[in-house]
Amino acid sequence: MRGFRYLSGVASLKLNAEKCTGCRVCLSVCPHAVFTETDDRRVRVADLDACMECGACAKNCAFGAISLKPGVGCAEAIINGWLRGTEPSCGDGSGGCCGTAPMAEGEPAAPA
Amino acid sequence: MADVRQASSTLTWRDTIARWALRWDIGRERAVVEPGLYRVGEPTPASPVFVTANYRMTFDLVRRDLLGIDSWLLVLDTNGVNVWCAAGKGTFSTKELIVRAAKSNLSGHVNHRTLIVPQLGATGVSAHEARQLGDYRVIFGPIRSRDIRAFVAAGMKTTPEMRVVTFTFAERIVLTPVELVGTLRGWKLLIPVGLIAAGWLLGHGSLAAACQPLVAYIVGVLAGGVLTPALLPWLPGRGFSLKGALAGVVAGAAASLALGSEPLGVAAGTLLAASVASFVGLNFTGATPFTSPSGVEKELRLALPAQAAAAVIAGVLWIVQYFLG
Repeated sequence: MRGFRYLSGVASLKLNAEKCTGCRVCLSVCPHAVFTETDDRRVRVADLDACMECGACAKNCAFGAISLKPGVGCAEAIINGWLRGTEPSCGDGSGGCCGTAPMAEGEPAAPA
Repeated sequence: MADVRQASSTLTWRDTIARWALRWDIGRERAVVEPGLYRVGEPTPASPVFVTANYRMTFDLVRRDLLGIDSWLLVLDTNGVNVWCAAGKGTFSTKELIVRAAKSNLSGHVNHRTLIVPQLGATGVSAHEARQLGDYRVIFGPIRSRDIRAFVAAGMKTTPEMRVVTFTFAERIVLTPVELVGTLRGWKLLIPVGLIAAGWLLGHGSLAAACQPLVAYIVGVLAGGVLTPALLPWLPGRGFSLKGALAGVVAGAAASLALGSEPLGVAAGTLLAASVASFVGLNFTGATPFTSPSGVEKELRLALPAQAAAAVIAGVLWIVQYFLG
């Protein structure tokens, strides 16, 4: 995304090119333009470090070609998970970033 | 069957006040909209169906941006959480989409099976599963509701710009009040109380000296919670803990010098502000639309020990200064 980069070399996204049929739904759901079309009308990962692991591509790949460990890129959620011995959790939506994020306006807050 | 309510595209002053209160985390528990089907304008059975979440701010902005577009608005029950977060939590889901459409008797009002889901809902809604399980055709619409008009005008097609999240100065600034309010919640309120007590004990009766730890903390919170988001693209480094720490060093040193602290006190105030700003800054990852969980976890493992060490050293310096002082 324009002007913003987070840590590189950490994203868990993997694309199995053999399973890819070129339906391109991943291109349409990725909020960071991680994928790009190839010459043979399939898809490749063009910008892995831009991936925020939201999981929209894997959720919408009907052919199981995409795998990743989806989750919230939120320090508080990860600390909560460590303290409680559970998966990262940003609470119940009462308060905090997820509670108040103005998502419709551009939904520019709190990835989950 | 369920009534179909009218959703007005005109926001009232109450809606505006509610939106700004929510930015300060006020009225959160009341910010829930009744789920179900709504009419926007004068829809016909052929009119498009837009899907959204039942968080009040989301609902308000979507109905505002649907002004002049006769349509149906299907509001899913996400417990009052916005689309992207709810999709991640699994409440804005394929199942809820299908169940809500059935409960609202959508097929009794509409003569087609096309549902326009906001793109950020794709984390929870699977288009191919909606087709298999409910015979719905899901089209992912733009990320921002303000692009809906252009999306409709283009024949229900998104442009590459509509599909990419942004994080402008204004988008970052509106998120900062929640960060600040969050530092005043629960046990975190004990920190300033403890620092006032410590400052009083170590201050030798001088008010300026007694205020040092508290001031350093407040400055650190502001540096991490406001300066870091505001200056995000310009602060060096990629890690939020580093960006926060740098903002905290500058702000903490300035505040300590302004208080006329001794050199050791300046060092302590700077270190504490850096530690706090680094922690608060790192917490802002949760409000950004581009940080990955793998990255945040890696950063936490490196940053938390450093932040703790800086805070402990700050305390030691203040104690040393007390005995020298």
